[in-house]
Amino acid sequence: MNFDYSDEQKMLKDEARRFLAARCDTSVVRGVLDDADRHYDAALWRGVAEQGWLGAAIPESYGGLGLGHVELCALAEELGRAIAPIPFASTVYFVAEALMLFGSEAQKETWLPRIAAGEAIGAFATSEGPGAIRADAIRTTVTGGRLTGTKIPVTDGNIADLIVVLARDGLYLVEAPAEVEVLTTLDPTRAAGKLTFSDVPAERLGGEDGVAAMQQIFDRAAVLLAFEQLGGADRALEMARAYALERFAFGRQIGGYQAIKHKLADIYVRNELARSNAYYGAWALNSGAAELPLAAATARVAASEAYWFASKENIQTHGGIGFTWEADPQLHYRRSRQLSLVAGAPAIWRERLVSQLETRNAA
Amino acid sequence: MDFNDTPDEAAYRDRAREWLARNVAEHQAQDHAGDIAAARAWQARKAAAGYAQITWPKEWGGGGGTPIQSVIFGQEEAKHPVQYGYFTIGLGMCIPTVMAFADDATKRRFVGPALRGETIWSQLFSEPAGGSDVAAIRTRAVRDGEDWIVNGQKVWTSGAHYSDYGIVLVRTNPDVPKHKGLTMFWLDLRAPGVEIRPIHQMSGGSNFNEVYFTDVRIPDSQRLGAVDDGWKVALVTLMNERLAVGGGGGAGPKEILKLAREIDAGPDGGKLLHDPAFRQRLADWWVQSEGLRNTRMRTITALSRGQTPGPESSIGKIIAANQLQDIGNAAVEAEDQFGIIADPALAPLKGLFQSAVMNAPGLRIAGGTDEILKNIIAERVLGLPGEIRTDKEAAFRDLPAGR
Repeated sequence: MNFDYSDEQKMLKDEARRFLAARCDTSVVRGVLDDADRHYDAALWRGVAEQGWLGAAIPESYGGLGLGHVELCALAEELGRAIAPIPFASTVYFVAEALMLFGSEAQKETWLPRIAAGEAIGAFATSEGPGAIRADAIRTTVTGGRLTGTKIPVTDGNIADLIVVLARDGLYLVEAPAEVEVLTTLDPTRAAGKLTFSDVPAERLGGEDGVAAMQQIFDRAAVLLAFEQLGGADRALEMARAYALERFAFGRQIGGYQAIKHKLADIYVRNELARSNAYYGAWALNSGAAELPLAAATARVAASEAYWFASKENIQTHGGIGFTWEADPQLHYRRSRQLSLVAGAPAIWRERLVSQLETRNAA
Repeated sequence: MDFNDTPDEAAYRDRAREWLARNVAEHQAQDHAGDIAAARAWQARKAAAGYAQITWPKEWGGGGGTPIQSVIFGQEEAKHPVQYGYFTIGLGMCIPTVMAFADDATKRRFVGPALRGETIWSQLFSEPAGGSDVAAIRTRAVRDGEDWIVNGQKVWTSGAHYSDYGIVLVRTNPDVPKHKGLTMFWLDLRAPGVEIRPIHQMSGGSNFNEVYFTDVRIPDSQRLGAVDDGWKVALVTLMNERLAVGGGGGAGPKEILKLAREIDAGPDGGKLLHDPAFRQRLADWWVQSEGLRNTRMRTITALSRGQTPGPESSIGKIIAANQLQDIGNAAVEAEDQFGIIADPALAPLKGLFQSAVMNAPGLRIAGGTDEILKNIIAERVLGLPGEIRTDKEAAFRDLPAGR
């Protein structure tokens, strides 16, 4: 039984934490939050590329480090903890994974080395409007190798060099959209755009049915996102704990009141369950287990709920100061919304989880 | 990350499996006079092979093994229909206390028989005035020559009705602060003046007892630890407490999924499983159960690496007990008017969910209430301040007692 990071993976994770502590404190996050013209932190993006993290799970033959997905999970946990304002998830969890799953040799040779080197930002364009994605409602189409349609919102779509687009008959690679509108979102530390494609050149990615292919990518991304959520949830708990110890009311530390103690214990319990489920997801992702869809849904629901709960109760523990722009709890609150929604909301994943249970038990 | 045994662990598991297969078969071929007799016979068999207390030293009849070996044997043993619950309190809590504080003659007298299942032990700490607040003990022991005369009452004593011996925490000095006037003894539960009355639980069962002491004479030679130093002894006992982690009752996500496939309680008279609201809740229960299962994997990993498990293992009972109550009630309500029927002959899944509803309140309290467990997490794991105490410095006799 080895249900934890290995010593080498722990070392990588510690290194990542030190790097991000030096290069991504919350002033870096705020630099993006407070400046409407900045969509990500370019210096941090370059730094992360230099560390090789973008290619952590990309094979060496395509310019990556050729580590496993557990290593990528360890990095994701630290990036989530730091609320890193960079297009890491879009580029690595969605687009690089899509290329590795479905890409032709030529597509992989063209794009994976550029992604690993930090020369190409990726985005995954699926949503077209409010509500969950349904195969029969997708209006984006491709005729004669040219794609037409509107995708909204597309995380990092306004800064992407390569966009994987879900069209009615499958996935396509598109290099640059015709028209980009930057969106106002709940989390301005992560860019998002409305992309309008009018008859733009598009290259088919894999031969699979579009929604089925999207779901395979989502299953992989869900595990990686769960680690970002877990890192954020841990950090939110640490912040709440630190404040509960330094803040005095009615003559003593507020952390001495059971109303606060039990709240923080509740956060701790949810975080630990989310961690255990994320580890199981990491195992399924890394080993290519058939349980991946169920493990991914389990990890995603647990991590989404844990981060939401930790980030909202962190604000509550801080009281009035927690509601100010200057205080940092809002950064986690915003990021928790972004991470819970980006690959499908928790309700969709709960439904997917139960469908998996149904088919599993029927078999 | 993987779920594989190390080569040593795999070899140990193979030996355990082989031993269990052979010995369970032999055990079941024998005639046993009732559950307890069967449990005693199985325990004796394990003791002879060094499987009774795997982590104890061999000189005391243990297996001289590691915590992970104990986990592996437990996993394999759980696959067989054998009973060992009668001995867990004695071997897990009472005997380790005896081993830590008794003289050699006493240890030699008790350790072997308990290990072989010949004697069963109870732990007598809780009282009507002290459940969560264990140190609020009022059962009084007064010195009389070489003996102590004990009067008072214990409560929630698991298994006292079939136990032979117990360790009992009593107040020997009410004039000092509460933690400083307690003393621990071992005693024969059949001694004159000891009266054991089963508690009739709200669930209908009777797993616990009240134990009354009327002028019970305990020789001073049965004392464990120094006079008035019993709190320290009790902490050793409680340190050895192994919180039962797990479902406790069997009404989990898999069981309610089974119900949901069977009953027509969904929208438009369809199956409950087709109700979108039900499906959302089922997913959450699954996520919790998997979280607990995977947390156990992390605990086992720590043991396998020779580490002490982290505090993550303390969350099990809070989640499991509350989920049992939740799932039980969700199922009962889904059965609609029929849900009120608890008769196993009529209720779906033989009344499993009705039974869960009635047993869950006890699970949320036994072995540490939800609230105490949250305090423990907040104070010991997160390092938050303890409660402001008004009972630490005053003499015990001066504390307000309420009713």
